[in-house]
Amino acid sequence: MSAASEMRHDEIEVRAADWLVARRVRDDWDEEKQSALDAWLEQSPLHRVTYLRLEGAWSRTHRLRAIHQPEPIEKPAKAAYPRLRNMLAGFAVAAIGLAGLGAYLSLPREQTYATALGQHRAVTLADGSHVELNTNTLLRVNAARKIAWLDHGEAFFEVHHDASHPFVVMAGDKRITDVGTKFIARRDGDRFEADVVEGRVQFEGGIAHKPALLRQGDSVVADANSVTMPKKTAIDLARELGWRHGVLIFDATPLGDAAAEFNRYNADKIIIADDTTARLSLGGTFRTNDGEAFVRLAQQVLGLRIQHYPNETVISR
Amino acid sequence: MADRPEIGQGIGPVPSSGDTTDAWFMREVLPLESALMQFLRRNWRNESDLADIRQEVYARVYESARKQLPDFPKSFLLTTARHLLINRVRRERIVPIEAIGDLEMLGVPSDEASPDRTVMAREELRRLQAALDRLPQRCREAIVLRQVEGLSQREIAQRMGIAEKTVERHLSLGVRALADMLTLADTLYGEEKS
Repeated sequence: MSAASEMRHDEIEVRAADWLVARRVRDDWDEEKQSALDAWLEQSPLHRVTYLRLEGAWSRTHRLRAIHQPEPIEKPAKAAYPRLRNMLAGFAVAAIGLAGLGAYLSLPREQTYATALGQHRAVTLADGSHVELNTNTLLRVNAARKIAWLDHGEAFFEVHHDASHPFVVMAGDKRITDVGTKFIARRDGDRFEADVVEGRVQFEGGIAHKPALLRQGDSVVADANSVTMPKKTAIDLARELGWRHGVLIFDATPLGDAAAEFNRYNADKIIIADDTTARLSLGGTFRTNDGEAFVRLAQQVLGLRIQHYPNETVISR
Repeated sequence: MADRPEIGQGIGPVPSSGDTTDAWFMREVLPLESALMQFLRRNWRNESDLADIRQEVYARVYESARKQLPDFPKSFLLTTARHLLINRVRRERIVPIEAIGDLEMLGVPSDEASPDRTVMAREELRRLQAALDRLPQRCREAIVLRQVEGLSQREIAQRMGIAEKTVERHLSLGVRALADMLTLADTLYGEEKS
């Protein structure tokens, strides 16, 4: 138990702070630097906890931005989005009813897994792979052929690796082929996103003209017109996986996006009245079913107006 | 094996990767730092060891959470700290015996009814302000320009009239001081609990 004796905390902390700042402010941050950082974090739990502690302090200051008006040029309007989500959610609930019936009628071996609004479900497939479904998700699996169809929603896959029979996840015209890994796949109509938490996957489809290999920390976001591949840190991914523990984690997240997240889980919707309000940002950790805490925070910190209606809370300036 | 933490359940959730442990650690453990430091300060006389001890406690908690998330983070954190101090006392034999007695007797506060963190948002802003006020001036300036104003490294350099590399130095120094100052502010403004 003499881990600390190898290197004093001060020295580790200097390194950790340099890493954090480079990661957060440098324009030239790339895959190579990220893997160097990952390697350093893996070297010792002391490295990792020191880094996380500084990361925690750093992201806490983001909350100060909540009281700061963002410049109006930043992002395209998003206020209409939560309303659209409402409609989609209603539609999806109906679809789950049908899909449940469909499961009885479908061919043997194709198993349907569904969650209702706010539900979270874990299943172990016949091949030993582990899948967790987030709220409002419909997933069909043919375990024998090792294919899953994500009809809508979000799921976390921890795939039992078998080099000769890779696991495939289909989402419309997009396709993820596992090369031994953990990943998240999410589908909202045309929009598809996958994040690699561990290992590697291959992405094909959409308008991408050739397959792309994604490694740990890589993501792909594809819709009808575009395919982009943003990078994510371990911490970003951990935030995105908050739902596995029943929480939503925001960090300088625009209110519009945060409301849309809550609305994925709850029948009572949060509506942001206008674009300017939707662009204000907020941070914090909330239970997925506790939109009320989020609304209170918006009221207290941002000084916003709250109106309660049956099944709807409207936030406005 | 659902990972959802369920209250009142005997067996804690099993994290399936380091990534979820990171999130858990940041969400559940780091906010307890002021309680941990108060505990360590009460039970360890040599102030200059505290940061090292704190990090070692964190590392142990993290490693252990990797295998199994504890149900009660606060109890677990403070129990880990207590074991570590006892081991140090035995190993180094530098602390009078009565200190050990004190440690053995010390009751570890339970985790029940943690306050709704979001309710304390205004309080949080006050603490952030207090922590920032205590930073060296140039570090504070760099952090505020970056985190509050959202400027790029180049813009900060121009605004402060320094090289981009120097911006990194101020930020790096700043974030280290900030972590300590936030804990101090949490202690100053914290509810007088543990």
